This record gives sequence, structure tokens and C-alpha cells, in this order.
Amino acid sequence: MVRVAVVRFPGSNCDEDARRGAEQSGAQAYFVWHRDTSLQGADLVVLPGGFSYGDYLRSGAIARFSPIMQAVQAHAAAGGGVVGICNGFQILCEAHLLPGALMRNAGLTFVSKPVDVMVERTDTVFTWAFDRKTPVRLPVAHGEGRFVADAETLARLEGEGQVVLRYLKSSPTTEGNPNGSSNDIAGICNAAGSIVGIMPHPERVVDPRLGSADGLLFMRSLAGVRALSGAAR
Amino acid sequence: MTTADIISPALLAACAFPGERLVTPEVVREHNLNQFEYDKILGLLGRAPTLTELGVFSALWSEHCSYKHSKPILRKFPTTGPAVVQGPGENAGVLRLKDGWAVAFKIESHNHPSAVEPYQGAATGVGGILRDVFTMGARPIAMLNSLRFGSLDTARNRYLFAGVVRGVGDYGNCVGIPTLGGEVSFAEGYTGNPLVNAMCVGLLREEQLITARAHGVGNVLLVVGARTGRDGIHGASFASEELSEKSEARRPQVQVGDPFCEKLLLEASLELIHGGYIVAIQDMGAAGLTSSSAEMAARGGVGVQIDTALVPTREPGMTPYEILLSESQERMLVVAEPGRVAEVQAVCARWELGATPIGHVTDDGVFRVAHDGLTVVAIPGQRLVDDAPVYHPEAREAEAAIARRSAAPPARAAASIEGDLRALLDTPTIASKRWVYEQYDSTVQASTALGPGSDAGVAQVPGTSFGIAVTVDCNSRLVALDPYEGGKATVAEAARNIACSGAVPLGITDCLNFGNPEKPEVFFQFREACRGIADACLAFGTPVTGGNVSFYNENPNGAIDPTPTVGMVGLLESLDHRVSSFFRNMGDAIIVLGRTEGVLGGSALWAELDRFVGGAPAPVDLQAERRLQRFLVAAARERLLRSAHDCSEGGLAVALAECAIGGPYAPSGIGATVDLTPHAGALDPQHLLFGEDHGRVVITCSRMQADRVLVLAGEHGVPAVAAGTVGERHGSLVISADRSSWQWPVDELRRIFFDAIPRRLQHVATDAALEA
Repeated sequence: MVRVAVVRFPGSNCDEDARRGAEQSGAQAYFVWHRDTSLQGADLVVLPGGFSYGDYLRSGAIARFSPIMQAVQAHAAAGGGVVGICNGFQILCEAHLLPGALMRNAGLTFVSKPVDVMVERTDTVFTWAFDRKTPVRLPVAHGEGRFVADAETLARLEGEGQVVLRYLKSSPTTEGNPNGSSNDIAGICNAAGSIVGIMPHPERVVDPRLGSADGLLFMRSLAGVRALSGAAR
Repeated sequence: MTTADIISPALLAACAFPGERLVTPEVVREHNLNQFEYDKILGLLGRAPTLTELGVFSALWSEHCSYKHSKPILRKFPTTGPAVVQGPGENAGVLRLKDGWAVAFKIESHNHPSAVEPYQGAATGVGGILRDVFTMGARPIAMLNSLRFGSLDTARNRYLFAGVVRGVGDYGNCVGIPTLGGEVSFAEGYTGNPLVNAMCVGLLREEQLITARAHGVGNVLLVVGARTGRDGIHGASFASEELSEKSEARRPQVQVGDPFCEKLLLEASLELIHGGYIVAIQDMGAAGLTSSSAEMAARGGVGVQIDTALVPTREPGMTPYEILLSESQERMLVVAEPGRVAEVQAVCARWELGATPIGHVTDDGVFRVAHDGLTVVAIPGQRLVDDAPVYHPEAREAEAAIARRSAAPPARAAASIEGDLRALLDTPTIASKRWVYEQYDSTVQASTALGPGSDAGVAQVPGTSFGIAVTVDCNSRLVALDPYEGGKATVAEAARNIACSGAVPLGITDCLNFGNPEKPEVFFQFREACRGIADACLAFGTPVTGGNVSFYNENPNGAIDPTPTVGMVGLLESLDHRVSSFFRNMGDAIIVLGRTEGVLGGSALWAELDRFVGGAPAPVDLQAERRLQRFLVAAARERLLRSAHDCSEGGLAVALAECAIGGPYAPSGIGATVDLTPHAGALDPQHLLFGEDHGRVVITCSRMQADRVLVLAGEHGVPAVAAGTVGERHGSLVISADRSSWQWPVDELRRIFFDAIPRRLQHVATDAALEA
């Protein structure tokens, strides 16, 4: 069974959602504390949403210095899978595991709503269960989700196919890009697809009884990650 | 005989803290205590109080803490029932759900702080109500709020509105509690005195319930959480006086919130409670350490001894007076057995929180406070809390209010039904609150089944197939015109909203916002509105489990509209039974439930378009409401309903338009053809379409099920008329009655409905700059 470590910072608030989502999809998911130094043999690490250390300086800016992040860095350097959702994405950028940065939303207010996004890359640790580019509707809930990067980085992300999720501008109902992100980017990955950060919250829409299961394939990707690492090797 | 009566004077010795002011008549007045109250203090102590003691009495005998004007009225609420696990008197009420689950919930106001500092005032209001719920051992799963402002036509009101919404959002979002519903209204009467009422709903296993009763002589009192600063001193007293030009000077008394610390406190508290480490816990809310320690002791029938010098402070040199009355946020008072203090500290340390012993439980019944060993407060604890003065103010309806009920609006020039509906949908009170709720995280915790924008919010009870439905409601215009019927109407609307979602109404919490109770016309409103609430709760079998009274909501122009906000919870037997508010499928049958007499008294039509607040509101038939609720739940259980939407402000026309406009993220509106002739075709169109009779709901079902639905309605004694058919996406809403017909393209209505508030807030950044 795939072991998924969900990192709990003191201000994480989507940690339980991520753990439950991964577990329901068949993973063995457990929490590791921000003061811990070991990932306890994780195949994959999830940095969940929330406000890690209150986000008083800049989202994710303090979290990157926590003891557990040293273990996450080592895990990532060894090719292990790391997924950051929302605040987790912000931490990945602050920790330079992913390029770019997440800035205050263009509208200057917190935005909580469903958005239509396209899953553009399907060979990453977080999306391999999709068999093709697929549009999905996922909730976003963030105040700092505007992805920015310099022109060269953006060109590289686009050129190398490192855009994992993109807001659908054409969506008449959710009105496209909710935060002013460059190139409508909602999520990116490293070149190998082993480190993924996205702003929307697939872990919140995994139960058809609550109205939508659009996030289910993301969670299944987590649970089956070994298949990918096998393929990549 | 209570312990309070046998306390010997020797045990009540206390002395002035070095350097503190003498207690003079002037100082007594500054503490908002009258001569009667001061004499009572002298009798209770058998000597003059120290300044610190005067501060303690001032806080605990403030309206906010003692309910001195409202207690006799509140006693008339029904508070018992088979589902009641914990009624009023604790941090929050608790009702039984099923399978061992219970729900803790409460609503509270933070009006005065928000009037002078909207962002922090609203944020700390959310923080306070969260703590009330998790100190019961419940994990918060939903927030709601009820907000009132003056017209958005002025920059000051836009600034307050935007600031409050941001404050509510930032706090709840950070702690990770979804906001599942709420209401916002705008009316002239709230200019200068906005209302910010926040409700929190939490879940617990019934056996995990813990209360705030100190017991066990020798047990240790610990302060957990943030350090104590000089902020919010005398906030409870501030909340108990009228707002005036001088209130701006109270700005430093508004506390500053730290939601990150709150999240830590939440996790630590739940771990302390569920792990059995502590015997009692209480939030340090209004009047801070004073009220938390005195109330815990009084509830447990014991005394406490604390030393304020042990309380961790933010700055040196704080006096016992300041430490006792500080309202610094994110603090808890915990009682633990001496042998478990180290474990409590270890749990708190894991959550990066301090836990400092500051005193212990005693057997002499005295609320005693020392500073570095010097006793500065020694008051009989039980009597400090129980002997707070109680007033029975005069109640008399104002002549003007009586006259207003029989008045009629001036005749309207060239009224058009089409134009009136458009105009109503464009009024901020009726229009979509999407601009507001998109700033609140409504999906965190991954349990949201119905979010904001529906009649009621619904959350799944994690790991089960059932859910909780939640709503907050109050139509203050109806309460202003007829407090008794308005009180009934408020509970009836809340229960309709819960039942529309398919859930069974279980119980309420109330936030009673009124003006100065010492004014007979205000106290009349209060007494009558409460009588209406009580009667409705009795009729519906929905007890009152707690709440909050907020008096003195006045500004230089007079009292606010009376606003007894009701928060209600309901049990949704199965998530599969839930019903949303909007039309869904072309061809579905539209059925109108209830009776329309076309009463325009107190209507949105008159208030918003004619600028006339008057006439007699429709009376509420509580038995008819009850039958309607039962029918809705029965129909939902049989899964007969495609949608159900309550008919309230703006009458049938607005209700039908809202069903057709659809949810905020629907791809378009959806048309409908409705013929109201069989429902009430003989009425004048304005009265038929915009009248605000109660007890009406618009439902849809598949055409095949329409007969079954009508039969079921008949069995429940609910008037039901098949009135039309759902049309196509991007279609038109066509309403006819008798020989007239009116028509609106639904996508146009949709634009009006969703743009009304954003359009008025385009310059909100400039408004804030002007304020700064």
C-alpha cells in the first residue's frame, strides 16, 4: 500500500481532508508533525492547505524553515513524490522546490468558489490517474493564489509542459481565472512530474453524495503513485 | 441556605492595590454602576469595595454579562425537550442528533466593537463564538453570520460593510471553519450602529460533553493561550452603553484577533477535553479572567483563589485591575487536578501554547484575587454572579409605532410589475450576497452538501450518511412594525428554511439586538418579540438552547430596528434527502404551497421602492407553518422534490425569480411559466406578486410525481396548487394571473441579481482610503 505522509503545520486546516481523501482512495495516509524530522518511510508527501504558521510574513515563508521540510527536501531530491495543495503549493515555491511565487489575488480579496480547470499534464504523481486532458470543477479558497514568474521561467514551464492545471477562461459560470495568475496557471510541476503544486482543492470534492467527485482522480493518483515511479524507472 | 450566606466578614478582607484611585461617587459612575447597585455592593461586602472589586462588579453586573434587563423575559423561552442535552447557561447549547452525535451551537453579537473598528470587531466576534463552541468539547464544523448595515449609498457604510466581511472571512478562513450561510440586510436604522452576529455550530460525541463548572477543592486553575495585554479593558461595559460621537475614542478597547493562535487553542482544547486531562474549561470572553473564573466558580458552587501576578502579560507593570478586566483574545481558563498539570502543560506545549497555573479552587465560596500575595479582591462568589441586579423596565408601545401600522403608502405613479421585480432584485437586501460569501471559505473540511446561497446550509456529519442543516434569519422590518408577530415570523422563516432543505427543525439560538431597554418603547419591542419567539418555538417543538442579548444598539438618531436574529439547526436524516432552492429540469411541475392574502404591510415592495415602512404585517399561523414543515420533510424523505424555496421578502415574484435565476455557478437562468390564477387569481397583481404572507414555499417535482405531491400535501393539510412548468435554460420567467401576464428574460434577472452589490462597491477601496 502506498504510504502518504500528510505534513501538519500548526496552522494546517486541510490536513484531515487530505488524509481522509487519500485513505478513501486506498492509500495508507498518516500525519507527520512539523517538528518531526522523519517522514516515516513515506512514498509520497502531501503539504496540505491552511495557514502553516499563521502566514503573517508571507504565505509559506516560515514553513520552509521547519524541521520536517528538511526531510521533505531530501525526499524530493531523491526523486520522491511531493504534492502541495494551496498553502502547500505556496510552501513548495518558498522552498524553491517549484519555481515562481504566489502573490495576493488580483482582486485583493479572499476568493472561495468553484473554478473550472483543465488537467493539462497527466503523467505526474498527482494526475496520472487521468488518461487524457480533462476539464474538472474544483473549489478554490485562497487570498494569495496569483501565480507569477519571470518571463523566462514562464516560457520554460510552458515549453516543457510543466503546467499541470490551468483555469478555463472560457467557463461562463465560474468566470475563468479567479486570481489573475500568469497564463491562467492553477498548478505546476517540476520537469519529472514528481513535485506538484496546485491552488484548487481536489480533496474537498471526492464524495458524490456531497454533489461532486471531480477530485477523486487526484486522490487516486496519490494512492497509486508507486505505479508511476515504477514506470519512470 | 447557600455557602454565600455563611461567609464570615473576616474572609472578605481585601485592600487597595498600591497607587490605585480611591473609590469616589465619580469613579462609581464611571463604572456604569448606579446608586442602587452600589448600595447592593456595600451590603454584599459589608464594607466599601476596592477599585479592583469595583471593576469586577462593573463587568459582571454589566448588561452584557448579567442580563439584568432581560433575564425575567428570557426565562419564558421553552428550553427543554427530548433532544436537549445542554440548555441555556453554558458556553453553548447542545442538542442530540442521532447515533451518539450531538450538535453544540450558539450565536453572539459583536456590534459595538464593529461599529468603531469593523475588521477587528468582526474578526474577534468570530473568534469568541468559536471558543464558546469548542469549550463544550465540540469541533466547529460551520459558521454563519447575520449582518446589518446602513445604506450602501454612503462611503462610511460601504467601509463598514467591506471591513466586517473581510474580518469575518479572514478569521474563519484561517481557523478552517466553513461558512455555510448567513444573511445581510441594509436599512437606514443601522447607520452608525451596524450589527455583526456570528454563529458557530460544532459536533461532538455526546459522552465528550464538558461543562464550565469548577469543582474539586485544590484543583488548579490555568490560563492557556495568548498573553494578557491592555486591550479590551471594559469591553463588556462598552457593549452595554449607547454608541455616540465619543465611541470613536473606544477604538483602543476593541481587541485584536489572532486566528492562528485560535486554531492552536482549538486543537489543544479538544485534546485536553477528549483526553480527559481537565475537569472544566471556559473561554475568557467578555470581562476576561473576571467572568470566566467567577462564573466557573459560581456554577460549581465553590470559591477560587487566583494571583494575577502569575498571569503571563504582554507588558510589565499591569495592575490586577487591568489583568482581571483585559479582553485579550485567544485565552482559556482551564481547571485540572493538581496531578495532571504537567500533562496539561505538555499538551499545550505541543500546540505551542503556554499553560500557566494562576490559582486554585477553594472551599470557602469566596472569589479571591491577590497580586503577589496581596489580596485585592474578596467577594462572595455565588452572590457576585447570582445577585446581579434584575430590572423590570416599563414597556409601552410608542404611539408612532401604533399609528405606523395603520398607515398606507402614498399612491405610486405608473407602477409596473415588470419594473418593480427588476428593482427589487437590484436592492442589496434582496440581491445575491455572492460578493460576501465568496470571501468566506465554504468548502474546507470537505463536508459541505449545501453551501451559501441556499435557503439553509447543509454539512455532512463526517463518516455518516446524515447531515446538519443550519440557517440564520430575521426580518427586522416586521419586528419593528409588530414585535410579537415579527418574533413569530423570524422563527417561522428559519424553520421553513431548514425544512426546505429536507431537514427537521431541532432548536434555536438567538441573538437579541435591541436599543436601550430603559426606554419603554424599546423594552416593549423586546418583550413582545421574545413572546413571539417563545410561542413559535413552543408550537414547533424547537427549544431555545442559548444565545445572547445585545442592548443599547443606538446611535445619535435613535434605536436600531429591533433585530432578534434566530439561528436554527436541523437534522437531515439522509444526505440523499437534501433539496436545493433552484429550478432544475425543464418540464418539472411548479407547485405553490400555502395561502396568499396579499398583505403588503412591512413588505420589501413598500420599504424599498416606496420608501415607506408601515402597514400591519401578515399574521403568522403557527399551526399552518408546522404542517408545512412536516410536509416538506415528508416529501423530501420520499425524494419527491427537485427544489424547494421559501417565499419571504419580495413575495412570490421574488421567490419565483430566485428559483429561475439559479445558483451562483449555474451556467444560466432557467425559464418558467407560472399561472397564479388558481392560487389567488382574484387578488390585485401587486398584492398577489409582492405580498408577504407567511407559510408559503415554491416547490418543483417531476411531472410524473405532481399528483403524488399534491395528495401528500393534502394529507398534511397544506394548501398546494400546481401553478406551472419549468422551462428552458436562458428562457423567460412568465407569470400570469387572471387575464394579465408579465415576462422577464431570466438571464437579465440573473445579471441584475448578481451585480447589485458589486456594482455599488466599485469604489470600496477609495472609501477605505477616505476613512483612513
